[in-house]
Amino acid sequence: MKDAKTRLRRTMMFVPGNSPKMINSADIYGADSLMFDIEDSIAITEKDTARLLVANALKTLKFHSETVVRINHPTQTPFGMDDLKVILPAKPNLIRLPKVEDISEVELVAAEIEKVEKENGWAEGTINIIGAIESVKGLYNVREICKHPRMAAIALGAEDFIANLKTQRTKYGIELYYARSQILMAARDAEIQCMDTVFSDVKDMEGFAAEVTRSKDMGFDGKSVIHPKQIVEVHRIYTPTDIQITKALKVLDAYKDSIENHKGVLAVDGKMIDGPIVVRAQRIVDQAKAAGVNVEEKREQA
Amino acid sequence: MINAAGRDIPEQIKGIKDIKLYKGEFAYTPSTVKAGKKIRVGIPHTDKILENIDASIEKIGLKDGQTISFHHHLRNGDYVMKMVVERIAAKGIKDITIASSSLSPCHDFLINYIENGTVTALESSGLRGELGKYLTKNPQALKKPVIIRSHGGRARAIEAGELHIDAAFMAVPACDHLGNATGRKGKSAFGSMGYAMIDSAYADNVVLITDNLMEDPVYPYSIPQTDVDYIVKVDEIGDPAGIASGAIRMTKSPTQLLLAKYAAEIMEQTGVLKEGFSMQMGSGGASLAVAKFIREKMEKQQITGSFGIGGITGIFADMLKDGLFKAAYDTQTFDTAAIESIKENPNHIEISASFYANPWNAGPIVNNLDTVILSATEVDLDFNVNAITDSNGICMGASGGHSDTAAGAALTLIVVPLVRGRLPMIRDHVQNVVTPGDSVDVIITDRGIAINPKRKDLVEKLQGSSLPICTIEELQKIAYEFVGKPEEVELSSDDKDIVAVIEYRDGSIIDVIRKPILD
Repeated sequence: MKDAKTRLRRTMMFVPGNSPKMINSADIYGADSLMFDIEDSIAITEKDTARLLVANALKTLKFHSETVVRINHPTQTPFGMDDLKVILPAKPNLIRLPKVEDISEVELVAAEIEKVEKENGWAEGTINIIGAIESVKGLYNVREICKHPRMAAIALGAEDFIANLKTQRTKYGIELYYARSQILMAARDAEIQCMDTVFSDVKDMEGFAAEVTRSKDMGFDGKSVIHPKQIVEVHRIYTPTDIQITKALKVLDAYKDSIENHKGVLAVDGKMIDGPIVVRAQRIVDQAKAAGVNVEEKREQA
Repeated sequence: MINAAGRDIPEQIKGIKDIKLYKGEFAYTPSTVKAGKKIRVGIPHTDKILENIDASIEKIGLKDGQTISFHHHLRNGDYVMKMVVERIAAKGIKDITIASSSLSPCHDFLINYIENGTVTALESSGLRGELGKYLTKNPQALKKPVIIRSHGGRARAIEAGELHIDAAFMAVPACDHLGNATGRKGKSAFGSMGYAMIDSAYADNVVLITDNLMEDPVYPYSIPQTDVDYIVKVDEIGDPAGIASGAIRMTKSPTQLLLAKYAAEIMEQTGVLKEGFSMQMGSGGASLAVAKFIREKMEKQQITGSFGIGGITGIFADMLKDGLFKAAYDTQTFDTAAIESIKENPNHIEISASFYANPWNAGPIVNNLDTVILSATEVDLDFNVNAITDSNGICMGASGGHSDTAAGAALTLIVVPLVRGRLPMIRDHVQNVVTPGDSVDVIITDRGIAINPKRKDLVEKLQGSSLPICTIEELQKIAYEFVGKPEEVELSSDDKDIVAVIEYRDGSIIDVIRKPILD
C-alpha cells in the first residue's frame, strides 16, 4: 500500500481502451502510468468491447508502467459495476474512479476490489484507487474522499469541472486555481499523491510546458497526458537541474556526516540545514535518479 | 552452394553466366580495366534534335536482344519509360532488357510488354507495385531472373562492363540544343542527375528526352554534350506530383520518433556525434526523423558536421543552410525544398552514383561515412537486413544504397519497429538478404536495441547506458510474446521459379528471391 501512495507518477498517459494498436504500443514511450480508458473516450456501443479488450491486454501483455483503468461511474452509469467485474480480475494497479463526489462511491469500488483480492488470494492493497474530482460537489468532499485507505492518488478532471463552474479554460488557469489548491491540500493532508488535469492542445507545446511548470510549482506529483510527446516534456520539467542535484547531494552528505559523527547544528555553504531541507533534498535526489540522471557522477562533479 | 551470408545459391541460374558467391564485404579484387562506350565522330554543324522517339529508335538502330537504360530521378512520376517502350513495341522490336536504376509503381505498364515479348529481362535496384507482385508470382514471364543491384553496385557493373547499355534514354528537365543537360531547371526539375550521369557516360547511344529544350547554353550541366547523340522534345517527361512532392515532412508517428530518438542517442553515446562527423539519413520515417534529434544535439553542443550524403531532403538542406554541415553530396534530390537548395547552395554538391557508392573506384564517398541510419522490411538474428521483399516474400522494395552505405559507414544503425501488423520483424532468417549482417552494427526497435556482438567496442561503450539494450534473441522473444512465431513462407525450390538474383555491391550473389507458394 505504501508503494501505491509514493511511487513515481510524473505522467499518466490516457490510452483509448478500444484501440488494440495504441494499447499494444502504450508502454514504449516511458510514461510512469498508463491509464486505459473505457469511460468518456468510448462510445456507448463500444463499452463492452473496450472493457474486454483492456482486461485481456492486462492479462496477456507485460507492461513496465503502472496500469490504471478508468471505469465508468459505478452509480451514475449502468456500466461501472460491470466494468469492475471484468477489469478487477485482470489485476490493474489502480482503478480510476471518474467524477467522484462522495465517499460512498469510493467505498463501493473498494468493496468490489476487496472481494476480488480475497477470491484470488491477492494481498490487500494489490489494487488501489485514484479518484478524479470533476465537480464542485466532489471538490467539497475531497478531504473525506482522499482519506479512504484505498485511495493512492487524487486527480483533477478539468473539463467537466469547468462546465460545472459555467466557465472555460484559460491560458493561466485562474478558473482552476481554487480547485487545484484544494485538491492538493487534501492530498497532502491524506498523504496521497495528486495529479494535474490534461492539456488538450497537443500542438501547443509551449503552453503545455508553462502549465506543467505551474502545476509542478504548486506541488502536483505529476500530469495526465494524452500524447507520447507530452511525456518527454513533463519528465524534463520534473527532472531536477544539475545545480539542484549537487546542492541536494551536499545537504544529504552533510546530514549523513552529522548523524554519523554526532554533530549538532548543521550548515551547508553557510546556511543552516533543518529537517524539511533534508527531506526536500532527498526528494530531489530521488526524482533525479528516477529520471535516469547519473547521480554519482554529479556527486563527483560537486 | 552456401555463400558467406549463409544463403543457398544454385550452381546454375538461367541467364547468369558467371556465378560469383558473396564471400564478405571486400572479398573480391577486380583485375579488369574499366569498360568504355563505343567511339563516335561528331560531324560539324549537324542537328541532334529529332522529331520524335521513333526517329531516335531508328537512328540508333535498336535491335532485338539489346539493352536500354533509364534513370529513376522522376520516381513515381516518370512518363518517359512508357513513351519509349510503347514505340519500341510498335516497331515490333522484341527481347529487350530494361536496365533502369530503379522501378516505381508507375512502371506497372511493363507487365503488358513482358507478356507480349517486347521486354524479356529487367535489371533494377527495386521491384514494387503490381509489377513486383506479378513477377513474384510469374518468374517465368522473363527469360532470366531480375537482377537486383544496389546503387553503387549498378554503377560498378556499368563501369566494369558487366552491364552494357546499348542505348540510354535519359529524361532531362532541361537541355540546350547541343545536349548539355541539367536537372535543376524546368517544370519537371528533379535536382541531381546522379544515376543518369553514369548511363550517359557509358551507354553506346545516348538519347535525351526533354520537355524543356532551351535556346541558351545550359550551364552548369550534369550530362555534357560530348556524350549525347540525339535529343527528342516531348510535351511532358513526368507528372510533377509524382516526381517530387512539396517538402517531405517529418513523421508525426510517436513510434517512428522514438526510433529516431534512440538512433540519435546511440550516435551520441558511441562518440560519433563530434565535430566534423558525417552521416546519411533516409528520406522518410524514423531514419529521416533522426534529423530532428541530431539537430537539437548539434545546436546544444555547438557541433558542426562535415558532410551528409543522400538522398537529400529539404530537412537536410536546411541543416546545410543553417551551417550544421559543411557539404551535402547528392545523387538523388528528394523534394522541392532540396531542389531549391541544389540550385542555390554551392555547398549542395551533385555527385554521380559511382562517386556515391561504387566499391570499385578509389574513393566512393560512402567510405567516409561515420554513420548511416537505414530502415528495413525485416532483420534477422544474424543482423542480416531485408529491404526488398515483404514478410510474405513479395517484391515490394529496393536495394538502393542500403548495402553500399552499410559497408562504408563506421556505424550502421537499422531502425525498424519490432512488430508490424501482426508480424515480428526479427526473423530467424530474413526472407531475403540485401545487406549482410557483417555490415550492420545496431538494430533499433521500439522495445529495445540490439548491438551486433561482433562490435565489442560498441557493446563496451554502451554498457551502463540508460538505453534499453538487449540481445537480438531477447528482442525476438519480446516480439514473439506479442504476436507469436509466424509460420515460414513456403518457397518453390524449382530453379525456374527464381524471381530475382540479388547482387551484392561487388557483383557477387548474396541471395536469390524464390517464388513463394501462397494460398
